[in-house]
Amino acid sequence: MCEVCGCDSETETTALNLQTGKARVLERDLHAPHEHVRPDGTRYVHSHAHGPGDAASKASPPQHSHELVEIETRVLAKNDALAARNRAWLAERGVLALNLMSAPGAGKTTLLERTIRDLKDERPLFVLEGDQATANDGERIRAAGAPAVQVNTGTGCHLDADMVAAGLDELDLPAGAIVVIENVGNLVCPALFDVGEHRRVVILSVTEGDDKPLKYPHMFRTADVVVLNKIDLLPYVDFDVARATANARAVNPDVTVIHTSARTGEGLDSWYEWLGESTAPAGATPAS
Amino acid sequence: MHELGISRNIVAIVSDAAKGRRVCRVTLEIGRLSGVLTDAVAFCFDAVSQGTVVAGAALEIREIEGRARCAACGAEFPVPQLPAACTCGSRRSTLVAGEELNIKSMELEEVA
Repeated sequence: MCEVCGCDSETETTALNLQTGKARVLERDLHAPHEHVRPDGTRYVHSHAHGPGDAASKASPPQHSHELVEIETRVLAKNDALAARNRAWLAERGVLALNLMSAPGAGKTTLLERTIRDLKDERPLFVLEGDQATANDGERIRAAGAPAVQVNTGTGCHLDADMVAAGLDELDLPAGAIVVIENVGNLVCPALFDVGEHRRVVILSVTEGDDKPLKYPHMFRTADVVVLNKIDLLPYVDFDVARATANARAVNPDVTVIHTSARTGEGLDSWYEWLGESTAPAGATPAS
Repeated sequence: MHELGISRNIVAIVSDAAKGRRVCRVTLEIGRLSGVLTDAVAFCFDAVSQGTVVAGAALEIREIEGRARCAACGAEFPVPQLPAACTCGSRRSTLVAGEELNIKSMELEEVA
């Protein structure tokens, strides 16, 4: 692991098709300029101070004349363009894509396992699993009865549109299907990266704090639905459902809030009802 | 951690635009509600620019304050942090500034 930024240049992003067992390494051209090893083989160790004013102090005295070039580009323009392409590709096929996000351990995979088993005769469900490492969750999805592709991000803390495009290529998606993109468990980074989904689903489990929507407002303000999961544990924890709902609506006034226990099945009817009402937009490419 | 990937994007975009010429300054615009830490971007920028035409370039970051327009009363108000709340009591508003994450410009060394 690099001392500078936590990047491990030896870790690759891979997509494993759990139906065929074939894995492939994703080409990541955005990583091309990334270089942490000097030509003599020693690892580059970052040692600059980066306090306020550092940029000014680093500006070299103008020995040369400089040409100012306007760029005016959004940093995430490339990701957002790829995401728009994913969204259009999915919509053309009549496939609804959900971006499922939560902190690690909130019950994303368990909710999906249960959903796959309960809806197997109603609507084909496909899953793109994102984790830093292992195919454990992808295997759980397969065992529950849905085709899955496992994307391992290496040290990456979120899925991006490029990884999702590669994963979608591996799934043979029929019209009317739902593809759930289970993001890396993380309430921070995935909020920033559009992957081409039509809806954003955020799970908050009652073993977490009911102030999470206020602590992670970027994640909750763009959610279409918040699923309060593990409600079977409410008698044993201090989680206040009314307060959690009020906090979610403080950052996202019109958000739908559903109460579930993926373990006991309580409240899942509301989740299935929400899924049933969610359909892929017809051919268009809505901004999300 | 996403600032690392963001810094890579910045270096990749600037390197492309520079077409092989040396870059001596990069100016960014980062909104305070963008979810991106300017200190972390500055920290990662030097590391990921090593070995590129951007190596050693000064990084200037212009921070943009958050502002929203209230859906109820129409007033525009400052949003130092989320959630945005208008003084009229409404929680419904649209952010009009603060979410920027843009590369504004670069300065290139003149070819002698």
